[in-house]
Amino acid sequence: MIELLLPPLFAGLAVALVAGPMGAFVVWRRMAFFGDTLAHGALLGAAFGIAVGISLYPAVVLVCLAMALVLVAMQQQRHLANDTLLGMVSHTTLALGIVAVSLQPGVRVDLFAFLFGDLLAVNWQDVVWLAGGAALILSLMMLNWRNLLSLTVDEDMARVEGVPVVATRILLMLLLALLIAGAIRTVGVLLITSLLVMPAASARRLAKTPEQMAAIAAVLGTIAVVGGLALSWQVDTPVGPSIVLAAAGVFLATLVKPARG
Amino acid sequence: MTEPLIDLQRICLERDGQTILDHVDMQLVPGRITTLIGPNGAGKTCLARIALGLMQPTSGSMHRRPGMRIGYMPQKLRIDESLPLTVDRFLWLAQPGHEDDRIAALKRTGVAHVRDRAVQKLSGGELQRVLLARAILRKPDLLVLDEPAQGVDVVGQNALYGLLADVRDELGCGILLISHDLHLVMAATDQVVCLQHHVCCHGTPEAVRLDPAYLALFAGQHVPADNLAVYTHDHDHDHDLHGDVHSCSNPHHHHSHEHQGGHKHD
Repeated sequence: MIELLLPPLFAGLAVALVAGPMGAFVVWRRMAFFGDTLAHGALLGAAFGIAVGISLYPAVVLVCLAMALVLVAMQQQRHLANDTLLGMVSHTTLALGIVAVSLQPGVRVDLFAFLFGDLLAVNWQDVVWLAGGAALILSLMMLNWRNLLSLTVDEDMARVEGVPVVATRILLMLLLALLIAGAIRTVGVLLITSLLVMPAASARRLAKTPEQMAAIAAVLGTIAVVGGLALSWQVDTPVGPSIVLAAAGVFLATLVKPARG
Repeated sequence: MTEPLIDLQRICLERDGQTILDHVDMQLVPGRITTLIGPNGAGKTCLARIALGLMQPTSGSMHRRPGMRIGYMPQKLRIDESLPLTVDRFLWLAQPGHEDDRIAALKRTGVAHVRDRAVQKLSGGELQRVLLARAILRKPDLLVLDEPAQGVDVVGQNALYGLLADVRDELGCGILLISHDLHLVMAATDQVVCLQHHVCCHGTPEAVRLDPAYLALFAGQHVPADNLAVYTHDHDHDHDLHGDVHSCSNPHHHHSHEHQGGHKHD
């Protein structure tokens, strides 16, 4: 019986390991809303995949990446505040995705699986893809670590010091989009941001350097995945929400420790 | 004179139909401290951002010495509280290398004791010195400081400007200083460019101070309480003031403190 749980476990761990460091940037750069918007784009991607007749996940990845680029471009304008803009795009995309999925003639899509995750359905082939994607994202983040951090500290200063600011910002957005596209299998479109934000927020109180925060977030994320799966297994609750609850539990546990620098 | 680091000519900048910069010329030269002065909204920061390559002018010609290293101290720094960043790591971002170099830079600006503190927890004066340490760590050819003295008391400002002159002497770099208050930077500057969308006047601080265009621009403006052009040259942060005093309206203190730094202001 337990071997049925192994693919979901490894898939969840792969996502959590990347969600840690990526989540740290989401927290530092206040991109949570941005992550939500990309996640909603994933649903639109699924609808697009069904309509065009290509397999779902490549379509999801494509649409997420395209959306990241569009959002980067939209943020150049100054008429509307970022959160207003994202608030509109985010929910329009979600609504459009749901409508588009429901309009597909003769196709029954498990909307619930998209919105809240479908971790128990992953197979070993999915695990290989997720692990490969995770390795790609992590290595690109490590290679560009100093640039990414400089960008986060002060964009002007980074640019003057020779950091390719625009390219680095686009890279971060694309990697985030890629992660979100892959991660909707674990906790779904509506909950994915929590898997980014909560482990990183929990790690903040335990870390003294950015690297520590990223690493601790990765560890706490894996704890949440294991805990969520265990909860789901024991009590027969939906996996995605169980993982999110476990992540929230981890955050509450870190509050016990007094804050430092 | 050596080849200028940055040579800006006839720079114009328009935004939303408003002229922000109108045919502005400015040259930044190694070993010279240039102060850009003008009232709020005069276009000082825009001009500096153009010089830094952070902004494109609408028209004008700009020549920057290729391969030049720039140290930049922004007006303010907003680092999210959620980023755990010590001063040491903050310096590492500018220039990865041996930690001894970073310690030396922090010692140079007198803030070695904050090395392990979070950047977000520094006081205004400490942050300013950390930013300066970060800038000089890169051994820049050009140092650009945008209103570095904001939120710092007069004594701290004097110490900072004194430090700047030392840095210029040590590194031989050009320095561009943005300020809205000529009195404070007088003693530490070689050349002043007075800006109100266009260049009103420029020259040595002594000449600009008496220039009718300068006086007209700042007439009725608030003059700092003591009306001092103050400047300390100290390495141990004694708060002694070296005052070169000019009277406009206020009674003033006259600190004729012996200036030991040996900086020439030509």
